[in-house]
Amino acid sequence: MTRAVIGYGPVGGAPGEPTIDMSTWLGELTLPSPVLTASGCSANGKELDAYFDLTRLGAVVTKSVMLAPRSGRATPRMAETPSGMLNSIGLQGPGIESFVENDLPWLRERGVRAVVSIAGGSVEEYGKLAQVLRYCEEVVAIEVNISCPNVADRGQVFACDAKLAADVVGTVRRHISSEIPVIAKLSPDVTDIVTIAAAVVRAGATGLALINTTLGMVIDTETLRPALAGITGGLSGPAIRPIAVRCVWQVHSAMPEVPIVGIGGIGTGVDALQFVLAGASAVQVGTMTFNDPSAPLRVQTELARALAERGFKRFTDAIGYAHRPHDAPLSEFVAEAWAEDEHVGEASDPALPFESGAAG
Amino acid sequence: MPVQVRGEVLSVRRAGQYFVLTLTAPGIPELARPGHFVGISVGGEGSGMVLRRSFSIHKVADRGPYGGTLDIAFAVSGKGTAWMAGLDRHDSVDIVGPLGRPFALPREPVACVLVAGGYGSAPMFMLADQLRERGCRVDFVLGASTEDKLFGVLDAKRMASTLTVTTEDGSLGEKGRVTDVLPEIMGRLDVSVVYACGPMGMLAAVAEQATRHGAHSQCAVEEAMACGIGVCMTCVLPVIGDDGITRMLRSCIDGPVFRGDRVRWADVGTVPDDTWGAPVAPASGR
Repeated sequence: MTRAVIGYGPVGGAPGEPTIDMSTWLGELTLPSPVLTASGCSANGKELDAYFDLTRLGAVVTKSVMLAPRSGRATPRMAETPSGMLNSIGLQGPGIESFVENDLPWLRERGVRAVVSIAGGSVEEYGKLAQVLRYCEEVVAIEVNISCPNVADRGQVFACDAKLAADVVGTVRRHISSEIPVIAKLSPDVTDIVTIAAAVVRAGATGLALINTTLGMVIDTETLRPALAGITGGLSGPAIRPIAVRCVWQVHSAMPEVPIVGIGGIGTGVDALQFVLAGASAVQVGTMTFNDPSAPLRVQTELARALAERGFKRFTDAIGYAHRPHDAPLSEFVAEAWAEDEHVGEASDPALPFESGAAG
Repeated sequence: MPVQVRGEVLSVRRAGQYFVLTLTAPGIPELARPGHFVGISVGGEGSGMVLRRSFSIHKVADRGPYGGTLDIAFAVSGKGTAWMAGLDRHDSVDIVGPLGRPFALPREPVACVLVAGGYGSAPMFMLADQLRERGCRVDFVLGASTEDKLFGVLDAKRMASTLTVTTEDGSLGEKGRVTDVLPEIMGRLDVSVVYACGPMGMLAAVAEQATRHGAHSQCAVEEAMACGIGVCMTCVLPVIGDDGITRMLRSCIDGPVFRGDRVRWADVGTVPDDTWGAPVAPASGR
């Protein structure tokens, strides 16, 4: 795959403004943009086709697919919560055979880069899924969902146990050719996410997707019962963004060389920028796609603009930028951008020399 | 194909217990067919309400001083709809539509009865128009718990060959439910198609009566939706396919209009054991 450059000029930027190189890397995979859809929030792509050009995104992450068809849970499956929602879908899906036969070809014909998310009930099932997918050329990466909270055994997902998580990831890694990145999607519902992250990286994960939903619950005060048929559900949306940014920060601090895909309530470009500054090499737009079907592409455009406004010329220069030491000089390009900003000097907090929105 | 557009509020007015919102929605009125719905984002910029609200399209005008406009009817049932009721003229609203699968129309000029509970009647007037254009006889049955929860009585009276109203407290029309009067109407008029929209329990009973009478039924369901566009999988219900297999179908993409004889009404809210992909033992597997 060649390195592509996405200018933001045609989408709202004035002529003559700098063009941002938005390409990024996940292991050996180069993506023309760091913005992806999030698994379970974009089905298998087709439904979003009416709203924007999916090929302009870094990739579409398909809904976690299992070996067998799966009905999912009973309804009600969702409840709106402050700045978020709870869901308890239970991985409804067609099974890997139908997915490969009916869903992947559509993505291929459209030229959409597909990251396929897989979920299994056992280590062996993950291995079998990987075996099927290793022959699918259109798959640019595998995301291993070891953290779906909507399981019978409440909260006891693979991602809560370092050894089990490593077993799953190691098995997938063995069944997939080495140039395909294997991204492990982790749960925030653990005592120390760095321990789990380190275990799956040792087992062969190329990168980490942080975070899946966090387990939550709503009681309906009219029926006086749990609002969801599944009782508990996964909390997502802007409500969990600070938790997600914290997870990205902690893992990037411990393992700065490991690519991280940041996920958690991203609805704008500056939301995405927080994750990047915390150490994410890519981001996914999930729940906010329900609010705005064109959110993934809009976030991409806004992120490019936000980077340009802060003096960045390459997306990758911003990865982990918030980790720089307190006494470190600013990168030259950022210093230039700050110097050009007429408000520098007036601002009481030197960390906020930009237009509002930087605070997200 | 649905579109996502900025609409401008032209008016919000009361209609009994309900509100009717009229807004411009460039491109949507022209595409809308009876039974289609729209998704509206609520709360304005930076709103903490992340889910769109879905409403069936009540009326459209595809031209006029404002270009195409559409009407939706809604009840204030929470913060999102309360925000909508407080919209002012010229306010801007993000709309996605037309969404879903509309009512199927008969090829022949047959007798049709349109049955609605509460503001479930909202999409029925566009439908009545189109049925009458095809030469179909249209009769209305509107029901609600009380008179002020009926919607569109005058429109129905104007458009229908006959209108029958039922209220559970007898405050208007016949005391009782729509299903108390429907069998007699179907028999008397030799009804071929029953169109229904309203609460799940009403749809279940209407579909059952239609099937017993030998009529087709087209039922528009109201399921809780997070996205309305087919990506979230929250609005599912068990529906029997052409192959006889039950699947959990999305009401936003495969519905909201379903054949009444295909929905497993008694099992709505559950996953029947013989559903495609159902757990082998309850609550097993992940």
